[in-house]
Order: sequence, then structure tokens, then C-alpha cells
Amino acid sequence: MKKRLLAGKILFFSMFCLTLPASGGELDVFANERGELKISGGTAHIPVMKDAAKKIMMVNSRIQISIAGGGSGVGIKQVGDGLVNIGNSGRRPTDKEIARHNLKVFQWAVDGVAPVVNPKNNINKLTKTQLADIFSGKISNWKQLGGADRKINLYTRDEASGTREVFWDKGLGKGSISPAANVVISNGAMKAAVSKDPYAIGFVSVGHIDRTVAPVALDGVIPTLKTVREGQYKISRGLYSNTRGLPSGLTKKFIDFLSGPEGAKIISKHGFIPVR
Amino acid sequence: MLSALTCASVIVLILLFLVYMGLPAIKGAGLGQLLLTSWDPYRDSYGVYPMMITTGAVSLLSLAFAFPLSLGCSFLINAAASKQIARQLRHMLELMTGIPTVIYGFVGIFLLVPVLREFFQSGSGMSILAASMMLGIMVSPTMTLIFCDSFDSIPRPYLDAADALGASRIQRLYYVTLPAAKFGMLNGVVLSLGRAVGDTLISLMIAGNSVQTPGSVLDSARTLTAHIALVFAADYESPEFRSIFTCGLILYLFIMLLTAVVRYVCRREA
Repeated sequence: MKKRLLAGKILFFSMFCLTLPASGGELDVFANERGELKISGGTAHIPVMKDAAKKIMMVNSRIQISIAGGGSGVGIKQVGDGLVNIGNSGRRPTDKEIARHNLKVFQWAVDGVAPVVNPKNNINKLTKTQLADIFSGKISNWKQLGGADRKINLYTRDEASGTREVFWDKGLGKGSISPAANVVISNGAMKAAVSKDPYAIGFVSVGHIDRTVAPVALDGVIPTLKTVREGQYKISRGLYSNTRGLPSGLTKKFIDFLSGPEGAKIISKHGFIPVR
Repeated sequence: MLSALTCASVIVLILLFLVYMGLPAIKGAGLGQLLLTSWDPYRDSYGVYPMMITTGAVSLLSLAFAFPLSLGCSFLINAAASKQIARQLRHMLELMTGIPTVIYGFVGIFLLVPVLREFFQSGSGMSILAASMMLGIMVSPTMTLIFCDSFDSIPRPYLDAADALGASRIQRLYYVTLPAAKFGMLNGVVLSLGRAVGDTLISLMIAGNSVQTPGSVLDSARTLTAHIALVFAADYESPEFRSIFTCGLILYLFIMLLTAVVRYVCRREA
């Protein structure tokens, strides 16, 4: 009986030790917090936000963090209107937006935006000129690039998307995007559309690339975490979290957590490059 | 009485709101500009002409799918099937009217779009055709039920008279039931058209949302409702955002006009 008790104590102690690192350290600051934190906006941010929120809510169940998408435009608008505590954007808010809503801008990661095709597509490299021609509609058949004799199905994002803006600016050199392009409303929807359409080309945040979509090398540089970090792959942007006025309380702690070492780990895990 | 007044005033208030919010865009670019040009915000063009065409095409085509389907179903329920089967069919249709449109959208993406893509070998499969087929399926239960109701409301002596003259079921349907139920059916069609015009999610999910003026039913295109949903994320102060009130106004006036025309036709004939 006594022995069993001892074994139980050892087991308990070792379990305690195992859970200690996860619940200690940086998450300690959340211990006395309670309340609700509302986040919305950029869809590239969502995996990181979810992971961070889960970790925080695990140590303190009195904190409720809700995460919604909508795109960069929505994020900036909603935080400006005070509908959410944090509005995420995949582009820096314009000076006008910052001034109008008194926004405070926090950049916590760098992210690449990569052209993607269906994994069944045998075309995996393009030049920048070819890319611009594809999106403007000048090249309209995969045959012209050495692929199947099928029309190229273009996918783009809505005008409020930060991902679109960066891709258009740095990937297409502000060239036109054909009006025939299909429009989807999030990074997730883009991935879903391209992964189901063998003749598709679209673009997603590098952090969202997995085996369901294939990245396309641009001028010989494959968009990966490494090439974005080292600066060889040029189509990149910051990921931002914006608050109205200086953040305080739970909002501040959340943003501090993201920019800390634990946050950096989460950010890298999801394919982005943390910035300090 | 009070609730009726509230309802009525809300409708008027919405109209006033839309006009008020839509005015800056209409004044800024001119109504003709908004109605007749295409959407290209980077070149300061905020026209919704392609979306109007798409809305028209999608909703009319969806009726073309839904009408024969509903007509057949209501014949079956009303005349051809046994009482037992008719009752069960009716229950099933009532259930179907309650299915959220997002479900139809999902089914469309996973089942219909790939089939259309491979069958026509043109484009991504996300097209006017895909959206209108799905919309047709969505509105047909409602349409069928209204058809059935209008068949049921035909006075019994009419039908008895036909029977007494030795008409077959088909003859009775063709010469008595259909003419007598004409206006009830028209109501059903108009109500369904309203639903098809107003539905957002199905077209947002499977019509493709491109901003071109569609040249064929296999083209990807954007309806007015999907356009509102897509542009809604834009900055409040931007001309893009202001222009979507015009879309709302167009939709509103279109439905009003449709209702008015049907009322007028029904009253004149009756």
C-alpha cells in the first residue's frame, strides 16, 4: 500500500515536472488575466493566432480568445471601429488608415507570397515575365509553357487582401490581373481551390504551402521558408497586428507573447519568419 | 396592426438608407457610369455592369432548371402518385426548403464543379452554369410546394366536372388544373426568382467571382450579391465601398419592380 502511494507520488511529481515548462515562463503573465480578446483580419495570420490562443487558453480558461478572418481590409477596419481588440493585416496599414484610426502597428513576422499550382501540374518553374503574362491573360494555355493542352485557370484574391497586394506589387510588377480570373476570399480558400483544380494557378502565403499545393520557382528561386529568410526570394511582406491606440491589458500581453521566444517558436512552426 | 406598420416602415427605411448611402457614388461617377462600365478599381472604374448581367443570367437560368423540375414534381404529387407517396414527397420537400444555402454551395464545389470542368474541358468549372444549376435545385422545393398549393386551391367542382366528362388524369391536368392555377404558379415562379436573385452564398462559392462580363454560361462571373460580399471588406471611406450601395439599390428596385409587375398582371386578369 505504502509502496503504491510512493509510486503514485513519483508519477505525480514527474507529470508535474513534464507540464511545468509548458505552463510556466512566458505564459505566467496570463495567470491573473480574465476576459475576452477578439481578433480578426488577415487570413495568413490565422494558424499562428489559433496556436497562440490555444496555448494561452490552456493555462487560463477564464480567457476567451476569438479569431476571425475577413482579410487585411476587414482587420484594419474592425480594429479601427473598435469591434475587435486586434486587427491583423498582411500589409502595413496606409498612413491614412493609421492616422484616421490612431492605429499602433506591430510587425511580428515576415512571410513570402508564392505562386502555387496543383501538385499534378508538371510545370514547377516560371520566369517573372511568364508569371506576369499568365496573370494578365497573355499566356492562357498550359501548352504554351510545355504543359497539358488546357486553359490556365487563374485564381486571385479580393481587393482588400494583403496577400494580393504584395503579390501584385512584387510578383507581377503591378501588372494587370485578367478580369477573367476567379476570385476567392482567403488563403485557405485559395489553397482549397488550387488543390482541387489541376489546371489552376494562384498565390498563397508561403506559410500555407503544404503537400496539397505545389510552389512554383520564380527565376530559379523556389519559394521556401529558407529562401524568404535569406532574402533570395523577393516576394515577401510583413505580418502585422494592429491595435487602436496603445494596447493594454490582455491585448498587450498577447502581442508581447507573440514577439517573445515562445511566440517565435509558434511563428516558425507555421512557416513564417519571426521578427523581433 | 402595429407589427404590420413596423414591417412596412422598415422596408421604406431600408430604401431610404440605400438611396442616402448610394448617393455619393452615384453623384461622384454618374449613374450611367456605374451601370454601364466594368469593375476596375485600379483604374477608378467602379461600374457593376458585368455583375448585373451575371445576376440576370444566373437567376433566369436557374429558373429554367427549376421550373420543369418543379412542374414535374408537383404533377407527381398532385395527380400521378398515390396518396401515401405524395404525402411523403411533400414532407421531404418541406424538409428541403430548410436546408441552408451554404450546404448547396459545398455540394456544388465538391460534386458539380469538377464534373463540369472535366465534361466541358473549359475553365475551372466554377461558372454561371454551375451556380444556376445549384440555385435551380435550391429553389425548386419552394417552387414545387407553391405549385402544389395552387393546384390544391382549385375548387373541387371544376375537377369533378372534368371527371364527369370522362377526361383522363392528364387531360384534366392540362385543360383544367393548369389554367386555373396559372396565377398561383406565377407567384411561385416570381418568389423563386426573388430567392435566386438574392442568394449570395451559392454564387459566391461556385460562380467563380471573376469581374469580366460573361460571354458564355461556362465563364466564371460575379453576381451583384457576391460582389457586395467581396467588396464589403474594403475601406469604409473608399469609392469601392460606396459603390456597393448602388448594387444594393439595384437589387432592391429589381425585386420591387418584379413584384409590382406580377401584382399588376394578376389584378388585370382577375
